[in-house]
Amino acid sequence: MTTALLTLSGVHTHIGAYHILHGVDLVVPRGEVTLLLGRNGAGKSTTLRTIMGLWRASRGSLTFDGRDITALTTPEIAECNIAYVPENMGIFADLTVRENMLLAARGAASEKQMDQERLQWIFGLFPPVQKFWNHPAGKLSGGQKQMLAVARAIVEPRTLLIVDEPSKGLAPSIINNMIDAFAQLKKTGVTILLVEQNFSFAQKLGDTVAVMDHGVVVHSGSMQALSQDAGLQKSLLGLAI
Amino acid sequence: MKNMDFDWKPVALVPLLALLVFPLIGSGSTWLTLTVAGLAMGLIIFVIASGLTLVFGLMDVLNFGHGLFIALGAFVATTVLGSMSDWTQSDELWRNMVAVLPAMLVAMLVAGAVGLAFERFIVKPVYGQHLKQILITMGGMIIGEELIKVVWGPQQIALPLPEAMRGVILIGDAAIEKYRIIAVIVGLLVFGALVWTLNKTKIGLLIRAGVQDREMVESLGYRIRRLFIGVFVMGSALAGLGGVMWGLYQQSVTPQMGAQVNVLIFIVIIIGGLGSTAGALIGALLVGLMANYTGYLAPKVALFSNIALMAGILLWRPQGVYPVANR
Repeated sequence: MTTALLTLSGVHTHIGAYHILHGVDLVVPRGEVTLLLGRNGAGKSTTLRTIMGLWRASRGSLTFDGRDITALTTPEIAECNIAYVPENMGIFADLTVRENMLLAARGAASEKQMDQERLQWIFGLFPPVQKFWNHPAGKLSGGQKQMLAVARAIVEPRTLLIVDEPSKGLAPSIINNMIDAFAQLKKTGVTILLVEQNFSFAQKLGDTVAVMDHGVVVHSGSMQALSQDAGLQKSLLGLAI
Repeated sequence: MKNMDFDWKPVALVPLLALLVFPLIGSGSTWLTLTVAGLAMGLIIFVIASGLTLVFGLMDVLNFGHGLFIALGAFVATTVLGSMSDWTQSDELWRNMVAVLPAMLVAMLVAGAVGLAFERFIVKPVYGQHLKQILITMGGMIIGEELIKVVWGPQQIALPLPEAMRGVILIGDAAIEKYRIIAVIVGLLVFGALVWTLNKTKIGLLIRAGVQDREMVESLGYRIRRLFIGVFVMGSALAGLGGVMWGLYQQSVTPQMGAQVNVLIFIVIIIGGLGSTAGALIGALLVGLMANYTGYLAPKVALFSNIALMAGILLWRPQGVYPVANR
């Protein structure tokens, strides 16, 4: 039986005068891949940013691994072993690929101190990261940047990986590469929470799914059930995607 | 894809400017004297401006009070050097250095400590509020200037060069002031130390990343505000060091000297690209050279010349010569 790793209960978020999340209830089961779906403006990215403390929840609570993280700062949340890849990928364009990776390795002061075995495994998942190791990250293509962003997020073992729209703007071959990488990550026991608009991508990876609209979760359940229920897809995804 | 795509065009501006004015000056020796003077002035301004540009880059803080640390450093130097007159009046360079180095260190310590208090009590309450930052940091500088008057008095104080640093070295017909050569060496040492720290250490990596995207640095688990405090203190200390160098360059100090230099350093960091250390160096060298060349060729437009330089650079590169990515 899977247990909840991350739980959002009645989370409200305001950005300035705007009330974006209106009581989000979301459970991310441990060791599974959870897909957060919804149309543009539904509140998916805001939910991720609220989890990371980049925007504060004005009401409600967030619990991670049994610990209340609602009032924690972003660095404190990251130290709970949560990795986050924002929609813009958050690549440091003026730094090299190596420097981007080293920065994310909190336990390493230099390249030599990075976990070489894990690095080789990451190079296997994302070959361009090795190929362009000493190149400025800003010169990479969109797909290569996305690979670097995910590689950077997993440079050290993390309990939860949060990625905002990993397939956005990517070529089909790179999307397949991403799907393989996430599947391998899942096998290592990492819990993954993805925001996605590409239902085909979501179907291939998701164990559980939550659909958002107007700042609330309007449906949650297993991906398998959603995939097999054309009526439910039509009612939810016609509305949401 | 090239491994390193360093943009050399802004670097070329410095020799280009020097070569362009050569025919206007006519005399090779005068040109050399002015060029060394310009480089020395530029490197002193760089020492002062380097911290300010990182402070803005990391936290978007517009610190118009940076000039306070310049004046403070210079006044501390008058006290330290005044108490070591036996050493400063010696004609042996090593004895002069024994006096100047502690003066620089004490100035850096005092400016750094005041910088820490300045950040905690004046800047911290106005994070993210640019208008309030401008007003409150300017107010902080005015209060600081008045406190300097309370301690050292309102009058101009002489800060004579130590004996062995006075005079000139003749290169052909060109007379190069010894102190300007020392200022160039100190400036280059500071630049080298900054480049090494920024490029070879994890702290430097964090600063460079934070200048580009501080939110992402926080998402990776680093406390950017602590880093910012460190950079603010370091920037204040460097301004204190720059104040000592500027005071010795001018051979006098006034409580308002910081406010006067403030204009130049803001021109420098805007030319350089806000948050860019390499840009600040190029900007500072251009400003130093321009001030000296126009001071000789057309003194009446000397003050205007740096504004014109900034306008020209911004027409070419609106974000400065080395714009910081993601900003």
